[in-house]
Amino acid sequence: MRDVAIIGVGQTRIDEHWDLDLRHLALEAVQGAMKDADVEQIDALYVGNMIGGQVTDQEHLGALIVDFAGLRGVEAFKVEAACGSGGAAMRVGYTAVAGGLADLAVVVGVEKMTDKRGGGATAALAMAADAAYEAAQGLSFVAINALLMKRYMHEYGYDHADFAPFAVNAHRNGVNNPNAMFQFPISAEKFDSAPMICEPIGLLDSSPICDGAAAVVLAPVDIAQALGVDPLVQVTGSAVATDTLAVHDRRDPTVLDAGIESTRKAYRQAAIGPRDVDFFELHDAFTIMAALSLEAAGFAEKGQGVRLAQEGAIALEGAIPVTTMGGLKARGHPVGATGVYQIVDAVQQLRGTAGENQLTDARIGMAQNIGGSGATVVTHILERVEA
Amino acid sequence: MTDTERGAVLRPDRDVGIVGYGAYVPRYRLPATEVARVWKGDQRRVPITEKSVPGLDEDVATMSIEAARNALARAGAVHPSDIRAVWVGSESHPYAVNPTSTIVAEAIGAVPHTQAGDWEFACKAGTEAVQAGIGLVGSGMARYVLAAGVDTAQARPGDALEYTAGAGGAAYLLGSADEALAFFEGSLSYVTDTPDFWRRAYQRYPSHGGRFTGEPAYFKHILAAARGLMAEMEVEPSDYTYAIFHQPNVKFPYKAARRLGFEREQIEPGLLVNRIGNTYAGAALIGLTAVLDVAEPGDRILLVSYGSGAGSDAFSIRVTDAITDRKGRAPFTLDYVDRRVEIDYATYVRYTGKLRI
Repeated sequence: MRDVAIIGVGQTRIDEHWDLDLRHLALEAVQGAMKDADVEQIDALYVGNMIGGQVTDQEHLGALIVDFAGLRGVEAFKVEAACGSGGAAMRVGYTAVAGGLADLAVVVGVEKMTDKRGGGATAALAMAADAAYEAAQGLSFVAINALLMKRYMHEYGYDHADFAPFAVNAHRNGVNNPNAMFQFPISAEKFDSAPMICEPIGLLDSSPICDGAAAVVLAPVDIAQALGVDPLVQVTGSAVATDTLAVHDRRDPTVLDAGIESTRKAYRQAAIGPRDVDFFELHDAFTIMAALSLEAAGFAEKGQGVRLAQEGAIALEGAIPVTTMGGLKARGHPVGATGVYQIVDAVQQLRGTAGENQLTDARIGMAQNIGGSGATVVTHILERVEA
Repeated sequence: MTDTERGAVLRPDRDVGIVGYGAYVPRYRLPATEVARVWKGDQRRVPITEKSVPGLDEDVATMSIEAARNALARAGAVHPSDIRAVWVGSESHPYAVNPTSTIVAEAIGAVPHTQAGDWEFACKAGTEAVQAGIGLVGSGMARYVLAAGVDTAQARPGDALEYTAGAGGAAYLLGSADEALAFFEGSLSYVTDTPDFWRRAYQRYPSHGGRFTGEPAYFKHILAAARGLMAEMEVEPSDYTYAIFHQPNVKFPYKAARRLGFEREQIEPGLLVNRIGNTYAGAALIGLTAVLDVAEPGDRILLVSYGSGAGSDAFSIRVTDAITDRKGRAPFTLDYVDRRVEIDYATYVRYTGKLRI
C-alpha cells in the first residue's frame, strides 16, 4: 500500500444552478482540481453521485464527465452509496492510488437536484431508505430522520431548541465561505421558530436541496513530493462501514453503529484517537445527524452530542470544531457531491487556505459522509505533512 | 449592468398616452389564513393578507367591461365608436373559442368598426395589449385603442398559488399624447423561452416550477427589462416618483425594487397584492391605476410586468396636467380594494366552481 496525498481541490459554488447541467458542474470542479494540482492528464476518474438517474435522467456519468472534461478514454465510473456517494467515490480513488493501480486519480462528487419539480427530489432521496420496509410505508427521508430525532429527544430529554447550536454554528461558518449556498447567519430563535417540515424537524434543522460539484486529485505521496506539493495533505485513514438500511432493524436507532465502526477503523489506520482530531467535517444533513455523528466518533458520550454543541465545543474556537466551512446545512448538501466537498473543506483547513474561518494550527482533520440514515458511513482522516 | 442591447426601446412615431384608465376588483375576499386553515398550512406565515374572489355572476368579460367603462368615464368626451381596437389580455378568458373582446367591445359601444382580440401571455397579456395599442395609435392607424388586463386567476386547491390567485384588472384607453393624462416615454420588452408556469389545453389548473419561478424567471426578466429601459433612456430609479412591478406576492416586488435601487415609498402606492391577491394579467396594470389615482402632474412612473413563459414589458410613463381633472371621474382603485365582503373557504369553493361532482 502506498501513502496517498491530495494534491488538488476544486469546487463550484453550491446554489440552485438553474442554467447548469450536471456535466457542466462536474467540469468546473474537475478542471479546478486539476489546475490546482497542476496536472493535465490523469489515470482514472471516479464520480460520486446519487440521484442523477432519477432527477436528471442521466446515468453513465463516468464516461460522460471524462469526455466532457477532455479526458476521453480514461477509466471512469460512478460510485453510489446514497448521500455517502461522494465519500464512497473518495474511498475508491484512495484504494486505486494506494493499491498502485493509478498514479493520478480524480474524485468528483456531483449532484444536480433542482431538475425535478415539486416532490421529485424528495422521492429520489427516499431511495436511500429501505424501499420495501420504509419508503413503501410512506416514510420520506426527512420523516425517517424525524423519527430518529423524536426518539433521541425522548430518551435524553432534549427540546427542539437544544439542537440550535448545530445550525447556528454552520450558518456562522457559511458566512465566510464564498462557495456556500447560505452566506448569512441565523439566530437560535429563528431556528426554533422556523416552519415545520416533519415534526420535530424544522426548516432550519435541514440541509437544502441544491446543485454543486467538488473534486480532488489524488496521487501517491512520493509523486506529490516530486511535484513539489507543499504543504502536503496525506490521507491517513480511509474506512467504510455499513449497517442495516432500515432504522427498525438497528440494534439501537439512536446510535450510528456504522459510524462507530467506520471511525474506529480510520483511527486505527491513522494511529490516532478522537483527542488528536483538530476538526471534524461531519454529516449534518439534519441536526440530529450531527449529534449522532459526534457520539459515534467518540467526541461525546451517548446522548451528549447536543450537550457538547451547547457548550460551544463545535465552534471554530472550540475543542472540536465541526462544519468549519458551513457544513451540509449552510455550505449545502448536493447529496452525491457532499462527501467530496467535506474533503475539499478539510484540505483547505489543513493547507491554511480557509480564509476567515481558518483554524489555528489545524494538523489533523476528519471528514465523515453518511449514506441513508446511517447504513453507510465513510470516514477519512487527513493530515498535514510538512515537506 | 444590463444584458439588453441598445436600440431595444420602443417609441412610436407620434407620442401616445393614456386618455382614460379604470380598475375593477370583485368585492369578495378570502383571507389567506382560511386557505392555511383548510390545507393545514402555517397561519402565521401566509404570503398575503387576503385575495379577491369573483362573485357567481362575474368573469373576465364582465370585469373587463367594468374596468373599460371606468376608463371611458375618465376619458370624458371620447366617443366609443372612435375606438379601433378592443384588446383584452387574460389567462382566464371564459371561452376557449369565442372572444372576450367582442363582448367587451359590444358592451361599451365600440362595435362594429373595431379590432377585437384576446391576448395571451400569462401575466403580461395585459401589457402586451397596451404595447400593441401604443403601436396602433402611434402609427396613426387608430385614434383610440382600449387595452385591458384582467384575470380570475386559477390555482389548484391546496397549491401554494391558492393563497394568492386573485381576481381583478384594469383597462386603458390609449390615444394621442395631446389629450392624455399620462404619456409613454418609451417601453422595452425582454422575452425568453423560460417555461416556469404553464397550463396546457384542457387542464383546469396551471402547473409551475416551484422555486424556478423566482430567480431565473421573475427576477431575471423584470430586472433585465427595467435595467435595459432605464439604461437606454439614461434615467435612474431616483428619477421616478413611483414604480410598479408585477406582484405575484408581497415579497417578490419588494425584492425586485431593492435590487434595482428603488425605495419602498416608490412602490407601495402601486402594491395591491397584499389586499387583493395576484390578479395575474391585471396585476401590474391595476397597480398603475392605483398610482395614477394619487399621481400629480409631472410625476414619472416605471411600470414593469412579468408573464411566465417568460417575459417582461417595462414602460416609462410621464403624468400630465390632465390627471388633476380626470382622476376623480370614476371610482378610485382603493375604493374597490376597500369594498370587501369576507367569505370562508366553502363559499370560495362555491363561487369559483371548484366543487365538481
